[in-house]
Amino acid sequence: MFKLNIFLVFILIASALGVVTSQHMVRKLHTAREHEKEIERKLDVEWGRLQLEQSTLIMHGRIEYIAKEYLKMTVPAAASIQIVSINETENRLDAKGLKP
Amino acid sequence: MIKPELRQIKLSTWRSLLLFGLLVLGLISLAGRAAYLQGMHHDFLQEKGESRYSRVVEMNADRGMITDRNGHILAISSPVASIYADPKVAAIEPEQLKKLAGLLEMDSAEINDRLNRENSRFVYLKRQVVPDTAEKIMKMKIKGIHLTSESKRYYPESEFAAHVLGFTDINDEGQEGVERGWQDMLAGELGQRRVLKDNKGQIIEDVENIRPPKPGQDLVLSIDRRVQYRAHAELKEAVLANNAKAGSIVVLDAQTGEILALTNLPAYNPNRRSSITNERLRNRALIDTFEPGSTLKPFTVAIAMEIGKVNANTVLQTAPGMWQVGRKTIRDVSNKGELTVAQIIQQSSNVGTAKIALSLESQTMWEMFNRSGFGTLTNSGFPGEASGILRPYNKWRPIEQATMSYGHGISTSLMQLARAYTIFASGGELKPISLLKQNMPVMGQRVISRDTAQAMSRMLEMATKPGGTAPLAQISGYRVAGKTGTAHKLVDGQYANKRYISTFVGYAPASNPRLIIAVMIDEPSAGKYFGGAVAAPVFSKVMSDALRILNIPPDAPANNVITFTATPEMGDEG
Repeated sequence: MFKLNIFLVFILIASALGVVTSQHMVRKLHTAREHEKEIERKLDVEWGRLQLEQSTLIMHGRIEYIAKEYLKMTVPAAASIQIVSINETENRLDAKGLKP
Repeated sequence: MIKPELRQIKLSTWRSLLLFGLLVLGLISLAGRAAYLQGMHHDFLQEKGESRYSRVVEMNADRGMITDRNGHILAISSPVASIYADPKVAAIEPEQLKKLAGLLEMDSAEINDRLNRENSRFVYLKRQVVPDTAEKIMKMKIKGIHLTSESKRYYPESEFAAHVLGFTDINDEGQEGVERGWQDMLAGELGQRRVLKDNKGQIIEDVENIRPPKPGQDLVLSIDRRVQYRAHAELKEAVLANNAKAGSIVVLDAQTGEILALTNLPAYNPNRRSSITNERLRNRALIDTFEPGSTLKPFTVAIAMEIGKVNANTVLQTAPGMWQVGRKTIRDVSNKGELTVAQIIQQSSNVGTAKIALSLESQTMWEMFNRSGFGTLTNSGFPGEASGILRPYNKWRPIEQATMSYGHGISTSLMQLARAYTIFASGGELKPISLLKQNMPVMGQRVISRDTAQAMSRMLEMATKPGGTAPLAQISGYRVAGKTGTAHKLVDGQYANKRYISTFVGYAPASNPRLIIAVMIDEPSAGKYFGGAVAAPVFSKVMSDALRILNIPPDAPANNVITFTATPEMGDEG
């Protein structure tokens, strides 16, 4: 009887320590998770900033200016535009069994 | 041995009983107190205890993005910091104050003033500071100065989409445009959760989610930012060139009724609030109405054709270029003599249209205008939209019916006018318009028969050809149909001398219409004022750009379509 009691006391102490350890682990992991969340939030902010930057860089006015002033591009005259009909091309390829 | 006689101390029984009783009573009261605290007062004490280490943390929920139909960002929220102070605790050195004023770009006297509001425990020093600056300020570790995170709305398209999007105020509440019309959808809801924090302020345990954060929904508009840009740029050029007071342009998808572009001048930059004035704020295309003038003629003629009063070849006498109705005289720009109905539209004869109108019942004409959407809201969802005025037919006098047939005595917004032209562009159906991208084909409401619509379309095409009022609306490679309008401006109920509104509404390609564009230039004052000279060129430029951007094949190609008979055979080897 006495031996059993001693045994049980040890088990009790062991499990009590176990509870403490696991609680400690939980809190540590939780802090780590919060930290990761913080990083996620920061990356999110970064992503938004980059999106904003991208849309500023692809503003029409800017592109138009660069195309006209630096690259000396112009809109071609209607007469110099050649039009390739998609339907006809596809039909043609289809007839030859080349359609992807 | 004689036992020493113990002196019997006779304790009275009641004393021991009393002591015993008192001890028991004490025990009972302790047990009772314990039970009371554990049982009945439990929640209160638990709460008190938890409040030492548990905190409610707010979880941010961003406002939804607004994108154009192809997913390009038109409005996005980005986090910024707001700096606030607790004046009761705040203590700042003169040197720090100087540095802080520099970082915040504020007057140091003003900061001092805010920090000295004794009876307040919360005062904003500056809201919406860029994160980098906020970090620098926090590094200074000034006592009593803290920061909170907020979000700021950015509009990358700046003034180009200002009127469509509107803007939000500092509390993220939509004030104008889509931001206001769809506030409920866009706004996020803050979430809250209860957590346990340790002495370093780190979160160590989640206790409960009080309310999950609900981020705002993203909104996909029907706008195409490329078309929007071209429309705004060309409108700006025309308004400057004609020294006009204002201008508006609307681009609709003729098949779905989606608004591809919508812009006005003068405009503002929503990223710089200081540029906003009432005059610039107005989304004229939707909230201002005007007398549409000749752009209304096709509707009068269409209903007369629909009920069989006239056909395209019916000849009417318009000489001598004026016509007496009651005590008023209707005038044409010049004496045009005998005209067919088609020529009346092509050359925009007021006399001819008025003659056709007076052969109609006023109710018939009213029904046509009403079913074409005049006098009723477009239900675009845009806040503050105007319905225009279409007076009830039983109050029309003959002269009013006559002038209304060519667009005077009736008022409409540019958007309503553009929408009404879906009837001619889509074979007789009025399409509902939409500011949001549509994924399904939309059903229209039939107003006139397909035959009448097609006949009218042919007349409108004639108006853009030599001999018509708007040859400047032409686009090489495409067939174009449209109608000009030039109306005297109403000022205080009187037609103002030499103040005009020039309009052009048209669509292309005429063989299978894809786009409708309506242009309105308010008070052009650089010499020209006819719709065909002022508004039609804007139409032509925007339309040709939009057709190219949207890859719409030409229906009147000028020998430049590559066919396989003219090119080397492809894939013959394979």
